[in-house]
Amino acid sequence: MATKPRSSASGRKAKVRAADQLELPMGRPIAGSKPEASKPPAPKLPAPGAAPKAAPPPPEPVAPAMEAAEAAPEGAPRKGKGGRLDATALGRLQREISVSEFFTKNRHLLGFDNPRKALLTAVKEAVDNSLDACEDAGLLPEIWVEIAQLAEDRFRMAVQDNGPGIVRNQIGNVFGKLLYGSKFHRRRMARGQQGIGISAAGLYAQLTTGKPMRIVTKPAPKKPAHEVVMQIDMRKNAPQIVSDKETEVPWTTGTRVEMELEAKYQRGARSVDEYVAETSIANPHATIHYVAPDGEKREYERTTKELPPSPQEIKPHPRGVELGLLLKMLQSTKSRNVAGFLKAEFSRVSPRVAAELCKLAGVAPETKPRRVTPEESEKLFRAMNSDQVKIMAPAGASVVPIGESLVERSLRARVPAEFYTAVTRSPAVYRGNPFIIEVGLAFGGQLPMDQPIQLYRYANRVPLLYQQSACAITEAVSDVDWKGYGLQQTRGQIPVGPGVLFVHMASVWVPFTSESKEAVAGYPEIEKEIRLGLQEVGRRLQGFVNKRAHIAYEAHRRSLFDRYIPEVASAVASLTKVSKKELAEQLAKIAKKTTAKADEAPVANGRVSAAVRELATKGAPPAEDAKGTKAKGLFGEQA
Amino acid sequence: MSGRRNGNGSDKAVIARLEGLGRAVAEAARKGKNPTLEIPIRALSNVKFNDKRSIIELGDETQSRLFLNVAMAKKFMQTMLVAAGCKEFVESGKTTSLRDLFYRLKHTLPGTTENTFDEQEESDPIIEDVEVTLDTLREELHLFASRKGSMVGPITIRDSGDQIDLARMGSGGWAVPSIVEPSVIQFVRHEAKYVLLIEKEAVWVRFNEDKFWKREKCIILQSGGQPPRGVRRLVQRLVNELKLPLFVLVDNDPWGLYIYSVVKQGSINLAYESMRMAVPAARFIGLSTFDREEFKIAKDLTIALDEQDRSRTKQMLDYPWFQKKPWQRELKEMLASGVKMELEALSTKRNISFITEEYLPRKLKEKKWLD
Repeated sequence: MATKPRSSASGRKAKVRAADQLELPMGRPIAGSKPEASKPPAPKLPAPGAAPKAAPPPPEPVAPAMEAAEAAPEGAPRKGKGGRLDATALGRLQREISVSEFFTKNRHLLGFDNPRKALLTAVKEAVDNSLDACEDAGLLPEIWVEIAQLAEDRFRMAVQDNGPGIVRNQIGNVFGKLLYGSKFHRRRMARGQQGIGISAAGLYAQLTTGKPMRIVTKPAPKKPAHEVVMQIDMRKNAPQIVSDKETEVPWTTGTRVEMELEAKYQRGARSVDEYVAETSIANPHATIHYVAPDGEKREYERTTKELPPSPQEIKPHPRGVELGLLLKMLQSTKSRNVAGFLKAEFSRVSPRVAAELCKLAGVAPETKPRRVTPEESEKLFRAMNSDQVKIMAPAGASVVPIGESLVERSLRARVPAEFYTAVTRSPAVYRGNPFIIEVGLAFGGQLPMDQPIQLYRYANRVPLLYQQSACAITEAVSDVDWKGYGLQQTRGQIPVGPGVLFVHMASVWVPFTSESKEAVAGYPEIEKEIRLGLQEVGRRLQGFVNKRAHIAYEAHRRSLFDRYIPEVASAVASLTKVSKKELAEQLAKIAKKTTAKADEAPVANGRVSAAVRELATKGAPPAEDAKGTKAKGLFGEQA
Repeated sequence: MSGRRNGNGSDKAVIARLEGLGRAVAEAARKGKNPTLEIPIRALSNVKFNDKRSIIELGDETQSRLFLNVAMAKKFMQTMLVAAGCKEFVESGKTTSLRDLFYRLKHTLPGTTENTFDEQEESDPIIEDVEVTLDTLREELHLFASRKGSMVGPITIRDSGDQIDLARMGSGGWAVPSIVEPSVIQFVRHEAKYVLLIEKEAVWVRFNEDKFWKREKCIILQSGGQPPRGVRRLVQRLVNELKLPLFVLVDNDPWGLYIYSVVKQGSINLAYESMRMAVPAARFIGLSTFDREEFKIAKDLTIALDEQDRSRTKQMLDYPWFQKKPWQRELKEMLASGVKMELEALSTKRNISFITEEYLPRKLKEKKWLD
């Protein structure tokens, strides 16, 4: 367990800032670009026809805008080699950098810092895409992950799904172009976000082995499958098709991606094995077939046949929207007045709420959005974040949690323990983004007693394996006082005990600390929700631990009595005329009766008994809970 | 207390009581109840001073020892083992030491690493529990403690059938056994006028060498510090059966005074045996604080009282049996003088036999003793 200094409030702020800096160049909606704008500046780089075959102009060319943003700091030399440079000389040196080139030099930003991690990241990106694709198409995912070792440091990775497949003319863009995807512009919960992942993996593979990617995809049962072998043109951020042919495959629909890459396989923490196992916990509706490099096969059967409901796209929630975003939205809205703007562009804003916001801000509801002065917009911004106007919490439908019972069932299926529980919190908001925190716990049984509890972190059902110590989830786990719930803990550290702690953040937009998506950034709202979830799980654990201790005590009592019964029986038999055997039996019967609790299972029928749960919740310190309720109350009536 | 019978149990009666203990446990088990022993509490809280009899007695308070109780289960088991072990000895007519009994009962519980008893310190209090629960004496259970003490004097006794003239015991004297019950020791004849119990062996040797007992016609015993049960029981028998007065000669310090107190009234530890041990008629002949002046004992032969001595003396000031005026005077004078004296202080300098030739004859003659 990596230790880190306890972060203070200022530490958190710093982290958030770091996240912003990393997010901005990537073109978060709030950052520079206007994702909503349908007519961006003419794309310069991915020129039509640059790709040898059938590369259509990108329909949503965000990438060039991004590149321009990046180009400035990267491409502007500050010093010349010999003397000083004038503007003209500098101007000659200033040119655009392609995203692909940028990431070639900065591949660590995407999780390809070392061969071991590269293998994991490649698998992860492919599996994330497969799961997202299956769910979008309403199919129960079935995924094959196969890794073969070709040489000391060379592996072939193949990921296949039963998803909807990819239409032929999009194959090149999906796999051969960075920052190309369907998810970025939608305020909708999904695993992938920026459309970097799989093409970055392909790029890494190409860089380390020189081998192209192979993609086989079959979009419909009756349509032919396509086998495309392709490379990425790094300078142009465009696919370069090596071969493209129709082929026969024994499956109905789906996509298979294969690539050869320089990598290292090692079992244990942060391995591909671990990733697949953890993925199966957060995706109980998916079946995963995994073949490890050493040939070992592992099957993770789905534990539910219910597909999670499809998350709805939503508009931003007024709470926590930043001023910059508000200003931009005011400029780009089609609404004719501010009241209409608020109602149309934000979720949970009714005409009544819009009127109240305008009133509180002192802005006339009929003002044209583009005419709103900077002072007025600031007042409006304050009103939107003020407690004086009650606004409903964001619609839960935009964020789809796994659900308490499925998390619990999933843990039960994958983790051998004695006690299982899970909590799904109500939706909450950070920076206008709704999110839901889920916490699960498997405790006891065969799990190691004297080691820190295993922490499984997830963002939108994707396990986070690296950067544990930089993650808000870890911070929240370390901040909770677990001693009160019956675990050992050094202050500010992860508790010690036989347990697996599952923490899932589901959100329209998960704030990561970096683009390699390994750690959740520490927004206070997020940390608070995690903490409340952990505390609830902790209280239930306490109930179990107490009960188990009681049972253990009773068992100890009985074993004590059982040990002494033969001695007492034989002593009494030599004092008076009684049958030693009969007396021992009588005593054993009484002992069994007085220690009847020892025969009880700590959890009845796989769940904590109602009594224990009641005890656990009643015995809880109410302070945090009270705060939680109060915070919820800000939104008035719950959805 | 009235109900307690205190001793005088024949082997048969003791066996009957041991059997009763077993029957009670078997009966409870048959009825599906948690077997429980009621054991009189052996602590200061349950000790009373009986003014009428002038002895320390055990009160009526008892503690329940339940078998099916985590804190008590082991002790319950040990109690039953001790009872069963004692029955074996009583039935076979043999005696054994406490240590021997400990070894006989100590074994590892099958399938565990736990022993029935780990140390003798564990079995000794259990034995006392059995004694007090069954209202029997250790000696009646055929157990003896470590043996201490010797005796000489104009008396002939029979010890386990051997007739012994205690006037012809040489320099070492007759070793007092642990069990001195009438079944073992009988008094045959004597010419003694009183019994003198001396705390210290070295001082007793002086008395024996000087043939004090011959001259004074008395029985002299030494107890080597706090008298063991055998010595106390024998002294009580000498006093009761031969109608002899008992004089106790101890150091002039709190410890010495406490020895006298135990001989006279019984101890808190063995309060349940006071009836069989205590000699309420015992007289304190010395060494008194006032003897320092009386016998001109040089100041340099005294020892300063330490803090423990002082607090011990203050405690004794509150004992019910030290409430008589002369005793209060004696104790307060010790505190006031701030010094203590050993018996040896009387035998130095002027005359090595000062204690036997001058001190004790004069004290007895002048009846300078305390009751």
